[in-house]
Amino acid sequence: MPIVTIERKVLEKNDEIARRNRELFAQHGLLVLNIVSSPGSGKTSILERTLEHLNGELKIGIIEGDVQTDLDAQRIARLNVPVVQIVTHGGCHLEAKLVQEALAQIDLQGLDLLVIENVGNLVCPANYDLGEAMKVVVVSTTEGDDKPLKYPGMFRNASALIINKTDLLPYLNCDIVTLRRNALQINPSLTVFETSCTTREGIPRWCEWLATKVRKKS
Amino acid sequence: MSIAQNLLEIVQEHVAQLPWDHARVKTIRMRIGQLAGVVPESLRFCFEVASEATAAQGAELAVEEIPIRCRCQHCALEFQVEAFTFICPACQSVEVQLVSGDELDVVELEIVE
Repeated sequence: MPIVTIERKVLEKNDEIARRNRELFAQHGLLVLNIVSSPGSGKTSILERTLEHLNGELKIGIIEGDVQTDLDAQRIARLNVPVVQIVTHGGCHLEAKLVQEALAQIDLQGLDLLVIENVGNLVCPANYDLGEAMKVVVVSTTEGDDKPLKYPGMFRNASALIINKTDLLPYLNCDIVTLRRNALQINPSLTVFETSCTTREGIPRWCEWLATKVRKKS
Repeated sequence: MSIAQNLLEIVQEHVAQLPWDHARVKTIRMRIGQLAGVVPESLRFCFEVASEATAAQGAELAVEEIPIRCRCQHCALEFQVEAFTFICPACQSVEVQLVSGDELDVVELEIVE
């Protein structure tokens, strides 16, 4: 029986487009984040707080990825920043090509930072490079402290972890020390932040870190 | 599902280059790392749906699952990562580099002429 040797990466096409996105970002001296989490961890709320904190200091553009609706983009647009909505129509993750298409609708010139909010899902987005400089993973305290162990691929590939909804800790059976330990065991180089979008605790520290990353880039 | 479609496209590309008109794919050999987050059984199901009415319909996905291995940057030990603990078992260093375990590769096809 004939054997055909292939030896190819299944997602090579996505990787190639991601490489081109990355080149484009480099040409513009732009820092690009890919924010990932389960649905409902607070990605959009963190973005809102971040924009409130850094608007004026940095020029920020947003790409919103959602399965349906442009509700998140509407929330972001209220803060007067350029935002493009990608609706995946059932797709559980963003792909480099969708981001490439969205980039045509956003003026990268003059931006310091572009944040891509991925579809809420901790599995598939881990496999799809979008061309970002780093992934930021958000976990909320309501999800439990064992989350990193369940989705190691995502935590291994992230640069920063935001533990959100810390204001709810008194009511939950979630040990933040265990959560941190579980995440750092998979990826010791993670920079960890603890935030509450309700009390805004921890938002300034996260924003300062982000602003430093942008300044280093330009 | 998108992974299954990407896989199918690659397979079809290679089948189209074969010298036989009615070549069918019997087996698709793949390498999937434990860190890739792809469950072979789910991929099989998606591929079955995606490959309907193509030369790859009914093809078996033979998956070699690749364990996560790292090399310690300090003492150079190469070790298998257990329970997703990326720490060198010899010197406890956390500076370890992935050697294997993130593969999502299609390796070869077995063809029926």
